[in-house]
Amino acid sequence: MLRYALRRLASLGLSLLLASAVIFAVVEVIPGDPASYMLGINASEDTLAAVRADLGLDRPVIERYALWLAGMAQGDFGDSYAYRTPVAGLVAERLAVSLPLTVYALVLSTLLAIPAGLLAASRRGRAADWGVMGVTQLGVATPNFWFAILLVVIFAINLRWVSAGGFPGWDKGFWLGVKALTLPAVALALPQASILARVMRSALLDTMDEDFVRTARAKGLSRGQALRRHAFRNALIPVLTILGLQFSFLIAGGIIIENVFFLPGLGRLVFQGIAQRDLILVESVTMLLVFAVIVVAFLVDLAYAWVDPRLRRR
Amino acid sequence: MRWGLVIGALLAGLFAGLALFSFVWTPHDAIAISVADKLKPPSATHWLGTDQLGRDILTLIMVGARTSIAVAIVAVGIGMGLGVPLGLAAAARRGTLLDEAVSRANDLVFAFPSLVVAILITAVFGPSAFNAILAIGIFNVPVFARLSRGAALSLWTRDFVLAARVAGKGRARISFEHILPNIANLLIVQGTIQFSLGILAEAGLSYVGLGAQPPTPSWGRMLAESQTLIYGNPGLALAPGLAILLTVLGLNLMGDGLRDLLDPRLRRAR
Repeated sequence: MLRYALRRLASLGLSLLLASAVIFAVVEVIPGDPASYMLGINASEDTLAAVRADLGLDRPVIERYALWLAGMAQGDFGDSYAYRTPVAGLVAERLAVSLPLTVYALVLSTLLAIPAGLLAASRRGRAADWGVMGVTQLGVATPNFWFAILLVVIFAINLRWVSAGGFPGWDKGFWLGVKALTLPAVALALPQASILARVMRSALLDTMDEDFVRTARAKGLSRGQALRRHAFRNALIPVLTILGLQFSFLIAGGIIIENVFFLPGLGRLVFQGIAQRDLILVESVTMLLVFAVIVVAFLVDLAYAWVDPRLRRR
Repeated sequence: MRWGLVIGALLAGLFAGLALFSFVWTPHDAIAISVADKLKPPSATHWLGTDQLGRDILTLIMVGARTSIAVAIVAVGIGMGLGVPLGLAAAARRGTLLDEAVSRANDLVFAFPSLVVAILITAVFGPSAFNAILAIGIFNVPVFARLSRGAALSLWTRDFVLAARVAGKGRARISFEHILPNIANLLIVQGTIQFSLGILAEAGLSYVGLGAQPPTPSWGRMLAESQTLIYGNPGLALAPGLAILLTVLGLNLMGDGLRDLLDPRLRRAR
């Protein structure tokens, strides 16, 4: 197990290094000079040069890459060109919106999907199964931002239960924040819940064919009892994988929903960063997102190998 | 009767037909602005009404279908065109440096959040339908590379491949003459799924302004524009949203149906 973990860890490090090189290279070719963005079109050549030197933009590419990497390794993501504050602080501020939104959406989608998947699997081929499959088929096909717009029309414009967008900040009160994140979380959760419910159902049906479930049935358990007590826990493995993937997807994928609801989240920070040629911000945020995805994948792999020793050889 | 497949094919066919038909005839001009006709409800002249600039919504939906379908098809083409040869080559040289490199590259691409990449590409090339194709296409490559590698690996152990090797055929030739035809079914099914994901992704990108630029009609931008008028005219958001939903639904049903039809062994209670 230790050898497997070390081997995966080495490959994790390599992936991160490659990813950082790709990100740095891509951001490097983005046209536009950050210094002239900051100073406007009337700046003199001397001031521009001074600002470039101040930002470290006059140094060779390789040196800047190395400095960026070394900084990140110490938790220093550099200073934003546009905001003149550490990127880490900006990210933390935006994560205060994006992270709760992601967790909220994941909790909602899990709470909807697991019972729906259980129901469909236990009533296989009957009306409830058809109902769940039909609704989830629609859910998978619905663009979440369109669903979000419909939610705004119904709950914000017609019923006036919530505001159509914006985020008051957590300091205005916990429930106000939760209220502002509710429609976005529902919109994000719908397609995720549909996918999850389908995975839950098919994993349950697969597990129900296993010998240990047949043994349980032979011992006198009803189909429903066997499903809940024996199949359910084993069927959770593929469900957890999808959940892991969805977490990384949602944290960056919320960007469109953040646009619908004008939420100051991480996605919109990247958007603004590009518009303002805030290269260091874009690099570091992208790297953080990629880092999160790679690390989550690594942890999922390790968890698998821990559960199933056969996977360690490969 | 395979109802899912039939309904799916009809839905997808309807929008593909609308897109093709729009090249020869549309009810009105897709670009001409007529402020006098703005925000009209559905009528005999404008079946789905008009938008804030007096353009006929049915016309915009028809021409918008072109954009969506073209972007998604080219993106799937990129994915298959690059991904399948890579996957086949990796399988043919199993365990070599090439195989390892392909797998690592796949993992690497998957680790990037697709929207952030789309934004980066826009920053480099500027927003356009081309940018959307590129952003969606890049993420299709590892999907097809993985799928074809996995499927090809199991075929390489089969007797008919051994026979071909004994007959003196090279690895590349075996890949294309014997492996590829045997994984074609899988590729068609995955292609349908990626096509539907591509439609969704294109809609999302053009919604945030990263896809086709005005005046080219696109479903995603129609939704973005409808949102600015949402208080007075919430109905504007209906037509483009339903168009996306029905096209994607049709393609998904088709994908499921095709999988059952083409490969009964893969039939799963998805």
